[in-house]
Amino acid sequence: MTAPQSFYHTSSPAGLSGIRAWLLTHDHKRLGLMYLAAVFFWFVLAMVLGLLLRTELMGQGPTIMGPEVYNSMFTLHGVIMIFLFVIPAIPAIFGNFFLPIQLGTDDVFFPRLNLFSWYLFMLGGLFAIVALFAGDGFPDTGWTFYVPFSVEVDSNVGLTVSAAFILGMSSMLTGLNFVTTFHRMRDRSMGLMQIPLFTWSLYATAWVQILATPVISITFVLVMVERILGVGLFDPDKGGDPLLYQHLFWMYSHPAVYIMILPGMGVISEIIPVFSRKSIFGYKAIVWSSMGIAIAGSLVWAHHMYTSGMSDVSVFVFSLLTFLVAIPSAVKVFSWVATMYRGAIEMTPPLLLALIFIYLFTVGGLTGLVLGAVGTNIHVHDTHFVVSHFHFVMFGGTGFAFFAALHFWWPKMFGIMYRFKPAYIGASLTGIGFLFHYVPMLILGLQGMPRRYYDYLPQYETGNFLAGFGGYLLCLGIVIMFVNLLMSFRQQQPAGADPWGATTLEWSVPSPPPLHNFVAPPVVASFPYDFTTVVERAGKGGS
Amino acid sequence: MIAHKESGERIDPTGIKIGMWLFLYSEIILFGGLFVLYAAYFHRYSESFAAGGEELDRLIGAANTVVLLISSFTVAASITALRLHQRRRCICLLLFSLLCGVIFLVNKYFEWGAKFARDLYPGSETLVGGEPGLNIFFGLYYIITGLHGIHVLIGMVLLTVSLVWVVSGRATAERYSMLDNSGLYWHLVDLIWIFVFPLFYLVL
Amino acid sequence: MSNQSLEQQQQEHLLGYRQLAVVLCLLLLLTVVTVAVSYVDLGFFNVPVALAIACGKVSLVLLFFMHLKYEGAIINISFLSTVLFLVIMIGFTFWDVAFR
Repeated sequence: MTAPQSFYHTSSPAGLSGIRAWLLTHDHKRLGLMYLAAVFFWFVLAMVLGLLLRTELMGQGPTIMGPEVYNSMFTLHGVIMIFLFVIPAIPAIFGNFFLPIQLGTDDVFFPRLNLFSWYLFMLGGLFAIVALFAGDGFPDTGWTFYVPFSVEVDSNVGLTVSAAFILGMSSMLTGLNFVTTFHRMRDRSMGLMQIPLFTWSLYATAWVQILATPVISITFVLVMVERILGVGLFDPDKGGDPLLYQHLFWMYSHPAVYIMILPGMGVISEIIPVFSRKSIFGYKAIVWSSMGIAIAGSLVWAHHMYTSGMSDVSVFVFSLLTFLVAIPSAVKVFSWVATMYRGAIEMTPPLLLALIFIYLFTVGGLTGLVLGAVGTNIHVHDTHFVVSHFHFVMFGGTGFAFFAALHFWWPKMFGIMYRFKPAYIGASLTGIGFLFHYVPMLILGLQGMPRRYYDYLPQYETGNFLAGFGGYLLCLGIVIMFVNLLMSFRQQQPAGADPWGATTLEWSVPSPPPLHNFVAPPVVASFPYDFTTVVERAGKGGS
Repeated sequence: MIAHKESGERIDPTGIKIGMWLFLYSEIILFGGLFVLYAAYFHRYSESFAAGGEELDRLIGAANTVVLLISSFTVAASITALRLHQRRRCICLLLFSLLCGVIFLVNKYFEWGAKFARDLYPGSETLVGGEPGLNIFFGLYYIITGLHGIHVLIGMVLLTVSLVWVVSGRATAERYSMLDNSGLYWHLVDLIWIFVFPLFYLVL
Repeated sequence: MSNQSLEQQQQEHLLGYRQLAVVLCLLLLLTVVTVAVSYVDLGFFNVPVALAIACGKVSLVLLFFMHLKYEGAIINISFLSTVLFLVIMIGFTFWDVAFR
């Protein structure tokens, strides 16, 4: 059999070569890789910033930077991580690359719009960089841009919120593309309950992207209007109400949390059954919980505002609703664990990372309940407990799902396999470093250390020192993982079409896939996670 | 906004329309954020809002409503015309719709101008020194009608592009997605105005 | 792909000029009504009546000009979800605003 040319060798539109084949491409796979390159850059940058912040906090008093720089730096760390890494990472990279293949089609519905989204993403990033170096420097407002400070301060808030506006637009258009692709380009023989769970999770995410993102767009437009015209919509002196800014902000930014975590959950739902050689437990429950999270997640925004002075009724209602979100999340965790029960587990780096995900995400979810309950929230509000909680979810959750997805789909995207041993070492170090980094912060928070503070009282020094130490361990682990992945380009050890024994459609095509993804028309399995043939093949000692 | 696969073999108007609707949802929510503010402030300052409404000219508002409604009709009719192969009529209807858009904006210009003349604009002494509720009312008035005006402009650009496509024969009775989608956008602009009109001009 | 063009013929409903004109007349009529009503003081009902008429007009535009009446389930359901989300945005803010 002659192997078809991979998409690296065929350009779309035809006839382009060199760099133009990338920059003008309509191919969803190339776009996925272009996002990978951009996101990788931002992730490393923001990780270094985070490490510098924690280094500063390792000792009391000024150590490596002044308070102003510190404030700008945590804002920059937050803005980059949220808008340029966590939100786009999984949907834009792996979603673009694999959603069409999992649906059995050759591209997304609006390929040119897809390219346009990538340019918007780059433009947003460019704005962020300009804000860094131009004029009065990067804002020190925190990534939340709370009024009145964000309206009054001289730093480049305008540029930065424009960056976020443009990035939101990019994310929204990606969601639009996915929903249309999902409905109109799915293989005709693929029913709703035959769709892989990763694609389902992207579908739920896409709806949140479409419906919630415009709220942040208009909020940031209002911040701009206030800065330019001074209408006073959020200024109590002029009749405005600053709390309404917070409402609008969290109306997007809370659902955005689910834009971040849902695709990660989708990745885990793919990895766990493959390496347990066992059908996923509760396929329908996972599908419905994805949609349930998307819906329930849009009802709970004001739980970020318990101490901001809103009405008690509101505090009560939003606290109650917050507990609802825990249910679909728990359904997923139980389904993953139940899938592994009595499975024929085969340990690989993606599975290890997925297991770390489950562990860290569970901690993140449970600490979330502590914060969702009003009584405990008032005690730990705006402390390091909160910082630790959302890093458990965003980093322990989405971050590790991202690493897991990288290790899972790397052989498919590049057609080469990496070495396992360094991957295990890197993943374990990252996991251990993570705990050393964030558990002390949980304790610091309970003891009352506030977030976003440049300096602290002497009793917090031990905790902060330990956390900084853990941070270095964590970053070392990440570097080992990344270097190991990059080394695979040198080793060029080819990976077959299906190195893991997985069953979804992307593993039925060559690695890397050809331009139109499928060599022959795809054969859609009646259930995407049926491992009987895989197990039989292994039983015969076929591999 | 319109995508057709480069091979040209597969054109799916329903899919293109779904994509357009998804985009419209985001526009609805964009204005929705402003309506959240309107609702909350109306609750707090209902009397000032009534007083603010008195300052606006109901008849100019009504005239603009009529202009937009008629233009919506002509856009819808232009799609029917194109699909019935009546290209000349389609072009005339589109030109008329564009004219309506211009009338709307000119109207708006004079309306804003009159307010400015009476010292009612963001940061003006009357508003800053006066009743806070009135300041909020006019703040929202300028932001919402301003954003709406920008959408009218975008809608006119889209209609112009469709017009060019119809004239050049790129949009035909079989392939009219561009005109259809521009039409949807134009109707959305109309929809938002239908709410803006009573909320600002008629709430007394 | 042949069944796609078939499907397309079934889905793409064509509205006649007369039908569109009737809708326009209704819209203009409702505009006159809403302006006329605004001169009458209904007390508390001023706002609900104005909004109810606006909703009526919007429904006409949506159903006929935007041919929502003839669209498939995907567009209809997703449109209603959008409206629901908008209602939640405004409604849930009032848990705070109304009880402060």
